[in-house]
Amino acid sequence: MSIYTTEDTTLASDDTRAGAKVSAGAAFGAAAAPPRMTSLDVLESEALHIIREVVAEFERPALLFSGGKDSVVMLHLATKAFWPGKVPFPVVHVDTGHNFPEVIAFRDRTVERLGLRLVVGRVQDHIDSGELAERADGTRNPLQTAPLLEAIRANRFDAVFGGARRDEDKARAKERILSLRDDFGQWDPRNQRPELWNLYNGRHTVGQHVRAFPISNWTELDIWRYIERVGIELPGLYYAHQREVYARDGMWRAVGDVSLPRADEPVLTKMVRYRTAGDMSCTGAVESTAATVAEVIREVAASTITERGATRADDRISEAAMEDRKKDGYF
Amino acid sequence: MTISTQTFASGVGPRPHGSLAEREVRERVGTLFRFATAGSVDDGKSTLVGRLLHDSKAILADQLESVTRASAARGFNGGEPGSEPGSEPGSEPGGEPGGQQIDLALLTDGLRAEREQGITIDVAYRYFATDQRSFILADCPGHVQYTKNTVTGASTADAVVVLIDARKGVLEQTRRHLCVLRLLRVPHVVVAVNKIDLVGYSAEVFTAIADEVRKVSARLGLADVLVVPISALSGDNVVDRSARTSWYTGPSLLQILQALPSTDELERGQEPFRFPVQLVIRPQGALAPELAAEPAETGDGGPDTFRDYRAYAGQLASGSVAVGDRVTVLPSGLSSTVVGIDFAGTDISVAVAPQSVSLRLADEIDIARGDLIAAAGTFVAPTQDLHAELCWLSPKPLCEGAKVLIKHGSRTVTALVRAVTGKLDLASFQEQAASGLELNDIGSVQIRLASALPVEPYARHRRTGAFLVIDPLYGNILAAGLVKDHPGDHEDER
Ligand SMILES: Nc1nc2c(ncn2[C@@H]2O[C@H](COP(=O)(O)OP(=O)(O)OP(=O)(O)O)[C@@H](O)[C@H]2O)c(=O)[nH]1
Ligand SMILES: [Mg+2]
Repeated sequence: MSIYTTEDTTLASDDTRAGAKVSAGAAFGAAAAPPRMTSLDVLESEALHIIREVVAEFERPALLFSGGKDSVVMLHLATKAFWPGKVPFPVVHVDTGHNFPEVIAFRDRTVERLGLRLVVGRVQDHIDSGELAERADGTRNPLQTAPLLEAIRANRFDAVFGGARRDEDKARAKERILSLRDDFGQWDPRNQRPELWNLYNGRHTVGQHVRAFPISNWTELDIWRYIERVGIELPGLYYAHQREVYARDGMWRAVGDVSLPRADEPVLTKMVRYRTAGDMSCTGAVESTAATVAEVIREVAASTITERGATRADDRISEAAMEDRKKDGYF
Repeated sequence: MTISTQTFASGVGPRPHGSLAEREVRERVGTLFRFATAGSVDDGKSTLVGRLLHDSKAILADQLESVTRASAARGFNGGEPGSEPGSEPGSEPGGEPGGQQIDLALLTDGLRAEREQGITIDVAYRYFATDQRSFILADCPGHVQYTKNTVTGASTADAVVVLIDARKGVLEQTRRHLCVLRLLRVPHVVVAVNKIDLVGYSAEVFTAIADEVRKVSARLGLADVLVVPISALSGDNVVDRSARTSWYTGPSLLQILQALPSTDELERGQEPFRFPVQLVIRPQGALAPELAAEPAETGDGGPDTFRDYRAYAGQLASGSVAVGDRVTVLPSGLSSTVVGIDFAGTDISVAVAPQSVSLRLADEIDIARGDLIAAAGTFVAPTQDLHAELCWLSPKPLCEGAKVLIKHGSRTVTALVRAVTGKLDLASFQEQAASGLELNDIGSVQIRLASALPVEPYARHRRTGAFLVIDPLYGNILAAGLVKDHPGDHEDER
């Protein structure tokens, strides 16, 4: 087995017959051409390069870890980047108080297994202190920004890794891999720094910090293929299971303390799984029988709806919901 | 863990080792291909990208629905405002005839300000795959003010599609972008003559523009530029060849993008091995817990195995490296032999660009972040004097005598811009005398470095010939830098 395919496929001159002339100097099929890398290999190496670059250039990095699939993949990549050493930074979780208990349990197990320090910022603390107020719609997802910025400030983090992917949302599609944030954690989409070749510029002034997104170029399907390839463990809610749910806003919501059905919302037991592990109060489940990674891959590949479209109520608030949150300092 | 120096026959991959390895890679997916758009404002770049995504079924129902809603809210009627009468407004961009017209540009113009102004401000990255390839698509802005963002999108591209409005021909901004692409040596430049529907699918108009393009690209030294007539709005020659341009016998744009070799494919095996050291991995006591805990009975794994572990982490910038290869470390010039290549717990025998690995060497030599490991005997001496071209990306102008930072590979050094020796004139493509550079200028400079860097001419080694010019005060990027051929080192000493 190899981390690249063993089959040496050169683009034969046939393939270029379609009028697509090959630039001067391209000689194919040269004797000992090394094996080529698949797109997933390239994405993985790109992510490792970015993670190492950030650790080298910043003094106090940290990684956002929620127990969701993207952050689990991120953490896995971090273990690879420094092997056989230990991951050289702490992880941060913003606890909304609306998390799925099994995801929190998974988070704690993982952090323990890897011997990492976990920094938790709690939305509840900020509500108790009066700095934040509960929203009318009951979701707490948009409230995560304040505890996140507080955790960054209190720990003097100068770089924060996130598992955001550009295919998730049209505002994320615009963000740099290293995204500079001002003293208020804000993103200025109209004035981003150039990002050239694979040379990442980590310079910043006091008070600024950087969000680093090593898996920017991965798609949902890449994440799942990678999970299959490497055998990464995820919280169980990503696979089909029986759950008590009720229908709201065209999604299946789990029944839980922070997610109670109204009288006119009958509770059913359904076979479901989650495509994202956000808050119970704003994340919907999809009906599914996909109980293994291979089945999930088949399901995602055939899906006609995006993961956020299928599962996130918070993104339906307005056309630019994600952009507005990011401008305020969100992930 | 035992360290293996055994080599495998070429093409045979790593030996499984450690806990991760067994399941590493089962399925294979296609290769990765990155392409970007360029061209003047409103020439239809975003519409083209939307069209490609739409027609290759990469748009999912909820995205389509939200774009349809946004199009309706903005009163989109399927053409550009003020387009000539007689152009077919009902040419259904991706909807049933008579259904809601959608503005395909909204699939990438995702920022609030972009939608309000109907222009692209910054690069949008989108993804789609065919059986053979995974594509990363960078939709770049055309507006001159945002050239820095277009340079960003083009710098990593395997190919760039330059759009030209069939009614307007080659504009100043088209020329600027072509200069940038030439400067960056983007491996493939494809020119799409767009809005062919607005000139009645005229072969004459297309041929005239194609001739002009060929003239311009020949003057610039861009090789093998392909020119395709398209309508991004109605989809002609984007994915499939169109019957409405029967006079055009070449491939569709997507067929071209499928067939062009990527940079990695072009360069693999051809370029000498180059490896900027990012980090020294020397865990000593700080081992990953599962390694620290493993019992040492077999002598394989366990804390003892890694007590003296020392490896150099980085990403291959070019070429390949195998266990047993002789390498030289720069700038020190010391040599050693590769005794092991680790990929996260898997001991592999060969690594190839752009893989991220850790190298173990036979000798204990002083190597730190910022050093470059290269195939032995392939490198000219590091230098403190750079002759370079700059693409100036900052509103703050460059004056002779400016103190800047240069980031090259994994090293950042202080530098002085000693002289500006010329700047490119977009009309003649000739260098004119200049004493400074302003936003979007391309010019030549002489730079003195505080310490020597192992640079190579960009024309021959993209990775070791590229650098960033950074503002020492605020950390902003001032310019993209490309090392020129030094007078005197015409010999490639491989
Ligand atoms: N008739 C016709 N109109 C087109 C075609 N392609 C684009 N347009 C229209 O041209 C206008 C500009 O298109 P965009 O795709 O936003 O142009 P752009 O090149 O991305 O513009 P910037 O990113 O701001 O530089 C829009 O009104 C499009 O609908 C085409 O092939 N035919
Ligand atoms: Mg555009």
